[in-house]
Amino acid sequence: MKLVHKDIEKDGKGVVVLIPEEAEDMWQAYNIIREGDRIRASTIRKVQNESSTGSSTSHRVRTTLTVNVESVDFDTQACLLRLKGRNIEENEYVKMGAYHTIDLELNRKFTLMKEEWDSIDLGRIEMATDPTQTADVAAVIMQEGLAHICLISGSRTIVRAKIDQNIPRKRKGDIKQHEKGILKFFDLVMQAILRHIRFDIVKCTIIASPGFVKDQFYEYIIQEAVKNDNKTILENKSKFITAHASSGFKHSLKEVLTNPSIASKLEDTKALSELKVLENFYKILQSESTRAFYGISHVEKANEALAIETLLITDSLFRSQNIAERKRYVKLVDSVKESGGDVKIFSSMHVTGEQLSQITGVAAILRFPMPELEDDEEEDDDSDECISLPQS
Amino acid sequence: MARHRNVRTTQYSDDEYYDDDDYSNSFEDDCISPSDAIYLINHKPKFDSDQEFTDAKVNSCLQRVTEVLGFEIPKDVLTGHLIRNEFNIDKTVDQILNSKSGDTKGKEYQGTEDNSSRPTVVIASSSKNKDSIVVGFGNTSISGSKNKNLTATPKQTPFSTPICSPAATPRNRSPQSTRVGSPRTDRKLNSPKNTKVKDDSGLSTSHHKDQLYLIIIGHVDAGKSTLMGHLLYKLGHVQQRTIQKYEHESKKLGKQSFVYAWVLDETTEERNRGITMDVGHLKFETKTKDVTLLDAPGHKDFIPNMITGASQADATILVVDATKGEFETGFDSGGQTREHALLIRSLGITQLGVAINKMDTVFWSEERFEEIKSKLGLFLKQAGYKESDVTFVPCSGLSGENLATKANESLLTQWYNGPCLMDVIDSFKPPERPISKPLRLCISDVYKSLGSGYSIVGRIETGQMRVGDKVLVQPQGEIAQIKSIEIDDLPQPIGLAGDFISVGLAGYDAQTIYSGCVLCDPSFPVPITSILEARVIVFNVDFPIVRGHQIVLHYQSSSESAVVSRLLAELNKSTGEVMKKNPRMIKKNTHALVKIQLSRPICVEVYSDIRQLGRIMLRSGGTTIAAGLVTKVNFNK
Ligand SMILES: Nc1nc2c(ncn2[C@@H]2O[C@H](COP(=O)(O)OP(=O)(O)OP(=O)(O)O)[C@@H](O)[C@H]2O)c(=O)[nH]1
Ligand SMILES: [Mg+2]
Repeated sequence: MKLVHKDIEKDGKGVVVLIPEEAEDMWQAYNIIREGDRIRASTIRKVQNESSTGSSTSHRVRTTLTVNVESVDFDTQACLLRLKGRNIEENEYVKMGAYHTIDLELNRKFTLMKEEWDSIDLGRIEMATDPTQTADVAAVIMQEGLAHICLISGSRTIVRAKIDQNIPRKRKGDIKQHEKGILKFFDLVMQAILRHIRFDIVKCTIIASPGFVKDQFYEYIIQEAVKNDNKTILENKSKFITAHASSGFKHSLKEVLTNPSIASKLEDTKALSELKVLENFYKILQSESTRAFYGISHVEKANEALAIETLLITDSLFRSQNIAERKRYVKLVDSVKESGGDVKIFSSMHVTGEQLSQITGVAAILRFPMPELEDDEEEDDDSDECISLPQS
Repeated sequence: MARHRNVRTTQYSDDEYYDDDDYSNSFEDDCISPSDAIYLINHKPKFDSDQEFTDAKVNSCLQRVTEVLGFEIPKDVLTGHLIRNEFNIDKTVDQILNSKSGDTKGKEYQGTEDNSSRPTVVIASSSKNKDSIVVGFGNTSISGSKNKNLTATPKQTPFSTPICSPAATPRNRSPQSTRVGSPRTDRKLNSPKNTKVKDDSGLSTSHHKDQLYLIIIGHVDAGKSTLMGHLLYKLGHVQQRTIQKYEHESKKLGKQSFVYAWVLDETTEERNRGITMDVGHLKFETKTKDVTLLDAPGHKDFIPNMITGASQADATILVVDATKGEFETGFDSGGQTREHALLIRSLGITQLGVAINKMDTVFWSEERFEEIKSKLGLFLKQAGYKESDVTFVPCSGLSGENLATKANESLLTQWYNGPCLMDVIDSFKPPERPISKPLRLCISDVYKSLGSGYSIVGRIETGQMRVGDKVLVQPQGEIAQIKSIEIDDLPQPIGLAGDFISVGLAGYDAQTIYSGCVLCDPSFPVPITSILEARVIVFNVDFPIVRGHQIVLHYQSSSESAVVSRLLAELNKSTGEVMKKNPRMIKKNTHALVKIQLSRPICVEVYSDIRQLGRIMLRSGGTTIAAGLVTKVNFNK
């Protein structure tokens, strides 16, 4: 994302002009734009023309519109961001107050106006416009009969394909079906890789599995590529790395990313530092449980006591359309920073952020133990629906 | 719904709780949910005083009824009849003989609900009488006396009686009647050829062997496959020619020490790497048992496969490597010895033999044997194994010492006079076969069969199925018809609880079936759920379990990704009382009640309904973090 212009007043009111340069940036924009913001961008509008005879024809025109955003929709797979609202600047095609939906487009600038830009939004813009943050990696997480093909970028991980195939087990005196089943499965995974992974973009492709599936599979694709003279694979042979994962389910990706030999390949230090912090949180929870808490009410109480050393929070909490709720989290973040604490904002679209979201999305490592919090019942929301399922 | 639930609870807890009683203060008892415990406490005394009285009466009548009928009838069935007829033997016999056409499956469940027969279930299943009423297979006492009957009254063979008549169509036979004697024999009944040789007691005894599924577990490279391969070779189940061929081929790969392991390690990958990856199956016989051997992989990464195998097993042999340093590696944290033993125990398997293997590498040292025995013994005891259920055997899989026959090696015989491995296997008690419960076949494999279509492989956990039966495929929720049943590659008309079978389905696209599906009785379908509550025991974990913990949930032969969505309570280890509600985390070695959200619906049962399908294991990051029993599956009621 490119920052063209930024003008923010003392009270937080201001304007920012940005140019999204890749699909990834739509995701970043999605995290910044909320209901109530105003946006100006180039867009396409269908216009009705009424001829003198009374018959009407319609045609499309490109024009620049400014709307007051009423709804924000993001399509994760297609990376499409749609902003719907009423027009607030009359122009030759569109009346004041008429509804219009702007689809943000790549390489076209947009202007975003907010009544109040807060620290999270500004931090997000800083992150999004930092070119070193974009590192694309593909990962194939597999076990016999199950594979997930994921794309990992600076701010998110998406599953592009899932292969779930029954493989006959090994049976006394009949191993052919088993071995055939494996080959068929490998073939499906390989096809999916060729379809979904763009080797010109990704820096590397991780093949991870328990046992020897990863090695077997790597051998398989190389062999097949040689046999069929598949240039894409052969030319990118060096981009494949194998790693251990305990299962073929997506959440095993966490283990892969913490693996030092893989971590060194991913310059993306953000995902890695998130992982380390999360792991540290669990460690302390086990060894010194009164220094680690999760859930907003516990964490807020710890913050009141100026006890927070590290705050872990997922960005999905800032996407809340409930303004008061969002403010609550922003205040927490600001206050922790003020008192010298470290704040780690996790991307909810990474496996780590996904895990953090599962434990309410907010957690803290304290400077000193606060056993008094333990007896304090975490407000029990009793809602199972707040548990979002891991994407699989 | 509520009605038959109720009945089920009665049956199951009665049948099975007392069985667990045998292993008192075991892990499993801990797991009985508080509500079950209350149920049992409330119910048992109610019948207790009557019990002894009734019991005595039943016993005296049992013999006479048997004489009149000429065949044995399960005691619980008989007791029902006796009580209804106020212990009038003639009436009872009449009723039994006439019951053949009236009894349908549905009726049986109703019958159990009927008040007069309720106490009988309790009586018949109390631990005191357990020996004489074990349902189904392998009750030696029943089979034994049956043989006697055969020879004593040749004309009054079971085959001519109405209930067991081969002419009776499978469908209208009372399910209860199939409990008579060993189902193995029962299968033979339906084959006309066998009725002719019924007097050949030699032949029939060989068919009366108890069936036992035995899983071999232990740390990677402990020598499990070698031990079993060699044992099978010694027993003559592997031809010399085959071994020679393996010798030759393994030498070429530089893996000559794996010759015997190749008997079980059949895939190219396994042989090239010298590592078992999936469970190998083989059969052999001991003096009293037909054993199906399940050779589990020891490698940490293949524990999911080991769990699949273990879910089919009745008993286990834990193999440890006696070599200096090797036992320790396997036993320390990070080794699989403990994890395997705990997993097996949490699957409800209590009979365990320990093969202290590779004794040749320590020159058959008694001291080493004792050292391992005491270290391991202590751990196993803590893990919930009963000391008397555990036997330690020194052996060598490579040299074949102390496997099939008593030891020859003088270094060993100097101090060891105990059983060889075969003796230990032979001494395992056969499992119960809950034939009268609703059908549950847990599918572990689907493959293309030689003839037409696909074969579905799995173990019948409870109930029975016959060719022609309509079954419900879950979670698909569709009806299929049983086209064929095969056990050990031989076609059979019927499969019974405890059997590991292959079935062909008619009118159903078997390709939509995967491991984890269940074939069940359409009138008593297995629940499907994506949320469940379970009572879990947390293992020695590195990280505490918090709400939202992402896990892989293993159940039966399958696994699914899931999230621990709520921590409901921390429980007292021994009493099961709630110690803390809504804890914010669960630490290692504690008991807790949790709610689990699965990423797609699976088939599981509440443990107290059908315990075979009520066990789960929670794994994360490649280690088992907890094992548990399902306490609730139905959340909309
Ligand atoms: N000296 C000695 N070596 C043995 C003995 N039993 C097995 N081995 C060796 O131990 C190695 C491993 O044997 P396996 O039978 O493959 O071990 P395993 O437990 O089946 O291994 P996994 O299935 O991969 O867990 C082989 O090289 C065997 O020759 C024994 O009694 N003495
Ligand atoms: Mg092996």
